[in-house]
Amino acid sequence: MNDVAIIGVGLHPFGRFGDKSAIDMAADAVRAALQDAGITWPQVQFGFGGSFEVDNPDAVTSRLGLTGIPFMDVYNGCATAATALQLTAESIRSGQYDIGVAVGMDKHGHGAFTSDPVDYAAPAWYGEIGHFLTTKFFAMKINRYMHDHGISHATLARVAAKGYRNGALNPNAFRRKPIPEEEILASRMLNYPLTQYMFCAPDEGAAAVIMCRADLARQYTDTPIYLRASTLRTRRYGAFEVHASWTSVEQDHAPTVYASRAAYEMAGIGPEDVDVIQLQDTDAGAEVIHMAENGFCEDGEQERLIAEGATEIGGPMPVNTDGGLIANGEPIGASGLRQVHELVLQLRGTAGERQVPGAPRVGYAQLYGAPGTAGVTILSR
Amino acid sequence: MTGTDDVREESTVAQVAFAPGVFTWPSEEPRLIGGRCTECGSVTFPRPPSCARCGATAVDEHLLPRRGTLWTFTTQGFLPKEPYAGGETVETFRPFGIGLVQLGDEVRVESRLTEHDPERLRIGMEVELEIVPFRTDDDGTEVLTFAFAPVHGHGGG
Repeated sequence: MNDVAIIGVGLHPFGRFGDKSAIDMAADAVRAALQDAGITWPQVQFGFGGSFEVDNPDAVTSRLGLTGIPFMDVYNGCATAATALQLTAESIRSGQYDIGVAVGMDKHGHGAFTSDPVDYAAPAWYGEIGHFLTTKFFAMKINRYMHDHGISHATLARVAAKGYRNGALNPNAFRRKPIPEEEILASRMLNYPLTQYMFCAPDEGAAAVIMCRADLARQYTDTPIYLRASTLRTRRYGAFEVHASWTSVEQDHAPTVYASRAAYEMAGIGPEDVDVIQLQDTDAGAEVIHMAENGFCEDGEQERLIAEGATEIGGPMPVNTDGGLIANGEPIGASGLRQVHELVLQLRGTAGERQVPGAPRVGYAQLYGAPGTAGVTILSR
Repeated sequence: MTGTDDVREESTVAQVAFAPGVFTWPSEEPRLIGGRCTECGSVTFPRPPSCARCGATAVDEHLLPRRGTLWTFTTQGFLPKEPYAGGETVETFRPFGIGLVQLGDEVRVESRLTEHDPERLRIGMEVELEIVPFRTDDDGTEVLTFAFAPVHGHGGG
């Protein structure tokens, strides 16, 4: 089995880009990653492309050059990008290829995601009566969590404010204006206790990551970043999950908990070794819950840690240093590769104004989404 | 199923359930129609074609308790996109409550709540099933859905 290194990352900014297609954004992201790796497209031996809106991410090859390589399309809900990343890494780890690209792209319309509930194994009427909404699931989950673990509304506002503040430091972010906590709390209540400014928005963007066999990485870069773990897990019976008309009284952990434990085991490290963190902040409450689900604190400790600034760029456990989903929005296919892009910059020490001090060595990224799938990636210098 | 195919009531306003097989109707004491796995006993809502715990394909119809406690809740503050079929417009939409209701030790079901003011909802409060108007179609037919209502004077801890 080969170790895997990341030698290039590229990003098309996240936001809204008029008539520009997701495929063209993906081509820009791949070109940026090729330039970053110092290689050309014909050197890439295979690729995985992820998207929700684009049926055929493989079309990006027609923008980059039709070299005939195997290019596989994947979709796996909000964990699509983690899936593309993992499959690319596994194809190198297994010895099948030496160098490949994972690329994610999307171009969503305005407003919350929708689909046919029947395709989620929910009854057809589930959407007709107004239950088929991810936002209300996240709201119900954090409301119970706040009740059980003493998390305040003010903490939710602090998390969102941090997202916008970090986004202001990130030239690729969608939301680049800091928003005061009072304004976040006073914005429209979408799903109690979550207000409009506590949610991320579906938007547009693309990201690409070029990986190779770790023993070849120094041919391409002086700063390879090693992929220490990449895991995916789906929900177990007893987990309280999105798009479910019922849940059992008998409770089990969320899929993130299992993906996280498996990733730490694979990497041979623990949460105390992580220097910079990317978490799925579909909403401010999700970031709070995911801090505990990924082992960075006990349930309830977030109230104190966030008040103390622990998750700020200069804090002991910086979370979502590029503004996360709250400031970047969520083009589903690209979102997890944006997380990896940010971690790679942070571990190289090239994140500019938002650089985590102290030369971080280990980065951690978590994705979670419908219908209850989680992905975790651990990187190190 | 439980007599839910014939949902029209003898009254001046035609009332129909939004879908058959979801709750018993018409009924003085309506119940949600769930399922119980014949292999492992797992209780679900609605009755699924197979069991989510063990995968068995024999799941019997099982009527759920009418009363329970509110395990968590939120409010739906914006008009849901299609396939939502409530018939409102952005102008006429009124927020509604939605929660996860624990029914005995059997199952937690997701349901609309009759109350949408978070100040009047409390985790742990006792709630009871009601069949309530969902929308009125152009021909005057009233389409009904299920919802849980706070049981006043019996608030749980």
